[in-house]
Amino acid sequence: MRTTLRARTALGIATITGVALIASGCASGDDNGGGEGGDVTLTIATFNDFGYTDELLQEYMDENPGVTIVHNRAATSNDARSNFFQKLGAGSGLADVEAIEVDWLPELMQYSDKLYDLSDASVEGRWLDWKAAAATDADGRLVGYGTDIGPMGVCYRSDLFAEAGLPTDRAEVAKLLEGDWDTYFSVGHDYVAKTGKAWFDSAGATYQGMSNQFTNFYEKNDGTVIATENPDVENTFRTVLEESADLSAKLGQWSDDWFGALSSGDYATMLCPGWMLGVISGNAADTTGWDIADVFPGGGGNWGGSYLTVPAQGKNTEAAKKFAAWLTAPEQQIKAFQNAGTFPSQLEAYTDEALTGAVNEYFNNAPVGEILINRANAVNPEPPFKGPKYFQINDAAQQALTRVETGQQSIDDSWAQFVSEVNALG
Amino acid sequence: MTTLTGRQRLANVSYRATPYVYISPFFILFAVVGLFPLVYTAWVSLHEWSLIGGDGGWVGLDNYAAVLGDRKFWIALRNSLSIFLLSSVPQLIFALLIASALDTNLRGKTFWRMGVLLPYVVAPVAVALIFGQLFADQFGAINNLLSVFGIGPVGWHVDPLASHVAIATMVNFRWTGYNSLVLLAAMQAIPRDYYEAAVIDGAGRIRQFLSVTIPGIRPTLIFVIITSTIGGLQIFDEPRLYDQFGLGGADSQWLTLTLYLYNLGWDRFDFGKASAVAWLLFLVIAIFGLINLLASRRISTEGTK
Repeated sequence: MRTTLRARTALGIATITGVALIASGCASGDDNGGGEGGDVTLTIATFNDFGYTDELLQEYMDENPGVTIVHNRAATSNDARSNFFQKLGAGSGLADVEAIEVDWLPELMQYSDKLYDLSDASVEGRWLDWKAAAATDADGRLVGYGTDIGPMGVCYRSDLFAEAGLPTDRAEVAKLLEGDWDTYFSVGHDYVAKTGKAWFDSAGATYQGMSNQFTNFYEKNDGTVIATENPDVENTFRTVLEESADLSAKLGQWSDDWFGALSSGDYATMLCPGWMLGVISGNAADTTGWDIADVFPGGGGNWGGSYLTVPAQGKNTEAAKKFAAWLTAPEQQIKAFQNAGTFPSQLEAYTDEALTGAVNEYFNNAPVGEILINRANAVNPEPPFKGPKYFQINDAAQQALTRVETGQQSIDDSWAQFVSEVNALG
Repeated sequence: MTTLTGRQRLANVSYRATPYVYISPFFILFAVVGLFPLVYTAWVSLHEWSLIGGDGGWVGLDNYAAVLGDRKFWIALRNSLSIFLLSSVPQLIFALLIASALDTNLRGKTFWRMGVLLPYVVAPVAVALIFGQLFADQFGAINNLLSVFGIGPVGWHVDPLASHVAIATMVNFRWTGYNSLVLLAAMQAIPRDYYEAAVIDGAGRIRQFLSVTIPGIRPTLIFVIITSTIGGLQIFDEPRLYDQFGLGGADSQWLTLTLYLYNLGWDRFDFGKASAVAWLLFLVIAIFGLINLLASRRISTEGTK
């Protein structure tokens, strides 16, 4: 999941409430060791919207008398990351259950011994293999329970497709876009020639979709940085920018302009992880025409997703593990999907009718459950390797793309600056 | 020679010590929250220090060398100075004008005085959110307004100077009123006789302002200049919230020193370098504070001659 700027204010308020709740929770005294029978207060820290509503948490409290759950929600994944690493370093202060995002999971895996071992016979085989593998360290300890994943389809504006004389039905659109990235771009050129409008939102978002299809993009499995010499990186970088000169609306993702354009129809398609559906319908509520096609250029792709971890510094690790296991069980994850659109990473959920039959009214009644299950199955089973430097290298790449899109630099200059910035990371 | 009893000796000690005990809270507080962090930061800056790994060994001045050799540090210094000038100078001029307007016999004085303080009450996050929308590149209200006058869209998030102007606008919005009230308080302490005498001497309003008001509020003016220098060079909230990533722009257009420091510490978890930046920032502020103090002293003493 990613940050939406708009959500900050509301979530800021939620955070303050959460902190107040923790303070009052402490005041009531919870100095027990989390043993059986005693009253336990469990804190859980998440960010953005995991779909863990008060009702869902109340369900657990009803099933487990004596357990009180306090939910603390941070505004953004970046805020959560700073907070998490700060307190992990300090050795105290973390919640009993801490949510972390897949993009900074690799940084955390370096310190996996600071997390409680969650491996348990009862949860074996619950997740997609690659989802569980990413959170398993060299010693075979599972340190995170998978929550959601971000299988990607293509969202498109059927009204704009109709104006351009392109098919509007989602099955036909899927057929039209079936193929590699060249197909996607060439349909785009066709669209631009007919309408004069842009094909996709930004070079950065498209680059994200393309780069997530490689297994070793910026780093080798041993952590060696190859971002500057890997031809795949430079090729992707240059291809996206050359195509975006004509095809991109040049709207930096998550900028105010980008949010505004969700309803203005400046571009026709967008790469769409499951959680993006909520971002679109939430920010362009009055716009009709958005639809989603069961297709993704160059195969499948995954963008984002999160885990629940239990820091070893906590006092109630065993109780917290039980709670995290319950929250990430297929039944609860399906409820979270219904609450916030976070697509499950649990195998069993994919045969559950609540998911297979899920329909999104806003997206022209698209069978989103079925489509996203197909998209999840199309994801490369060798997931992209993201090492400890991934976060910083990718930020530098995104900035390099923006420099070209805003006309500040040529592709060559911007690439050269990216190379020097990556080298400076040391 | 009389020998003191133990009781008397104790009374003597307590008599001498009492004043120090009375003033000690400030110094204890300062030592805990001011001096200790300052010294500890210097200690950290001489080490390889990561957020989680902690102390990684003594490296001497390597962190300083690395920071001074980083192109981004110099861009950040440039941006900080540019935003500081674009905010402090207009801010003080406007604050002076507003204060002297409020100092006259206005109807509904309290209303106007509370009014100028209103922006200060708004949280910086809210200010940044609102101005972020106003200054959006394509659908922003300000570019829409400019296009009415036939001025092409300004790249508020592309051009360094434009981004500095936008950020300075947010700062000015928040702080001008606050400074006005501080200056107003000083102006009200000037005896009205001075103005009467000036009027009798035939001084107009502008002459009065330059020759009576400005010299009369000299110490306060220096205080306002120094505090706005410190605030201006430490600017963080507004540039951090100016775009969605908080990294200071694709080409570091609005990366300020504090933002650079924050990114080193909290994104790269490199506390050694971040502490080195903190000390360099301290030096920069000290230098500029000194220059300002000397300059503003001179200007205001010349006014009295």
